[in-house]
Amino acid sequence: MKVLFSFLAVILLILVATMGAFITNLHYVFGIIIPYLAFAMFVGGFIYRVVKWGRSPVPFRIPTTIGQQKSLPWIKQNKIENPTSAFGVIVRMAMEVLFFRSLFRNTKTELREGQNGPELSYGSAKWLWLGSLFFHWSFLIIIIRHLRFFLEPIPFAVQILESVDGMLQIGLPAIYLTDVFILVAVTYLFLRRIIVPQVKYISLPADFFPLFMIMSIAISGVLMRYFYKVDLVAVKQLAIGLATFQPVLPTGIGPMFFIHIFLVSILFAYFPMSKLMHMGGIFMSPTRNMISNNRMVRHINPWNHEVEVHTYEQYEDEYREKMKKAGIPVEKE
Amino acid sequence: MYKGGKIFASLIIFAALFTIPFFYNMGKVNAGPDVALNTAAIQQLPASEQQCVESPEFMRANHMQLLNQWREEAVRNGQTVYVNSQGKEFEISLQDTCLKCHATESASKPAVLNNPVSTTAGVSNPALNESPEFCASCHDYSAVKPLCWSCHFEPKEATK
Ligand code: HEM
Repeated sequence: MKVLFSFLAVILLILVATMGAFITNLHYVFGIIIPYLAFAMFVGGFIYRVVKWGRSPVPFRIPTTIGQQKSLPWIKQNKIENPTSAFGVIVRMAMEVLFFRSLFRNTKTELREGQNGPELSYGSAKWLWLGSLFFHWSFLIIIIRHLRFFLEPIPFAVQILESVDGMLQIGLPAIYLTDVFILVAVTYLFLRRIIVPQVKYISLPADFFPLFMIMSIAISGVLMRYFYKVDLVAVKQLAIGLATFQPVLPTGIGPMFFIHIFLVSILFAYFPMSKLMHMGGIFMSPTRNMISNNRMVRHINPWNHEVEVHTYEQYEDEYREKMKKAGIPVEKE
Repeated sequence: MYKGGKIFASLIIFAALFTIPFFYNMGKVNAGPDVALNTAAIQQLPASEQQCVESPEFMRANHMQLLNQWREEAVRNGQTVYVNSQGKEFEISLQDTCLKCHATESASKPAVLNNPVSTTAGVSNPALNESPEFCASCHDYSAVKPLCWSCHFEPKEATK
């Protein structure tokens, strides 16, 4: 049901896109206005979400660590998994962002039939990590490769990426490794959600929708490259027109392009309101981005309310004479 | 805001990354490639001969597959005649058929072929096309590197 709902939503979007692609009068809306709106919603929404997160209290120091804490001099500290310096935190965050360090520690839990009845057992589970890593890296590389439509002249680095990605030189136009990887990985991520019962139980339409969106964007891209070809020179003129704020709409681009860009626009517009915001959120995770010096430094909640204190010295100053008269010992005469 | 400075700095980096195309292209003219479709070599042909081996629309979308097919036919099957969709015959040859019209932008400069090894131009850019102007105009614009010139000698004018 949850799967079907997301699936139908994406099908509906594809139908809308197809309508836009085949009605020439709508090309200006689908090729220029919607992409601009989507871009503004993406950047604006992203900043809004991050600022909102930034304003929420972080009263405690809550790094979670998986290595030996800094302790006695003869006990070796794990400087990255339990960092006590800003540099350690940066390395730790980089491992998290670039290689999904935490996901690498993913485990599976099973009840097995043991000698004395069922036994709880744990095992390593790396497939999710591997699938995610392939998925995210492919996505990133595809986006960077797409800069060839948006930059003129095309930077050297983009061309290098392009030739490395197409190095197998299979077929014409050459197959990109990342295209294969992203399709396989996104299919795996989807199957995992409908096959593993526990994961299926906790999956929501908001989990399936982005998967279907990304799947259909990748499929429309691949279709456009190999089967329903578009005029790439015209696409680039449109893209550069958008980037220079002098939009042009070349004729004869080909309908598949409008489907692709509409789906991309919807994904980008939806991004800030969705779980995809983990892209920004990962940097804001207090359990990962805080220095683990809980016991070395006194941490004062930055949100603490100003409290008026009356110290003993002040108290004594105020009542010294009375205290002396009553025979109570005082610290200062 | 706690750690507001760091958050704002990161958000500026985020916005900068996603607006690269706006800054990179600032002030540039959106001029597409200058495709020489009406060269002197083409104009000299009688009107009935002026169409490429297939229609322009077909060529724009499928020239790479056609070239690939020609290579298979000529190199692997020893077949040197291509019959197009209108039943017209063409010799399967990059140099004698394609480059006859598409080698250069002027007929006064015939396509002189030249060994790429001996060229002096510093070719450091992987997508810098050793191709004739005609190919290079679009291929540079969209960063697609044709593999023709890894076997065929590159035409002379590409070395300028
Ligand atoms: C989330 C963003 C996007 C994703 C994930 C994506 C994905 C893809 C994929 C997987 C392909 C197949 C070929 C390749 O990998 O290059 C493709 C092709 C293509 N995409 Fe995108 N795309 C995105 C955004 C865009 C945008 C904004 C444009 C607008 C210019 C665009 C225009 C194209 C074109 C013209 C092709 C065909 C390339 C060719 O024929 O060589 N894409 N896209």
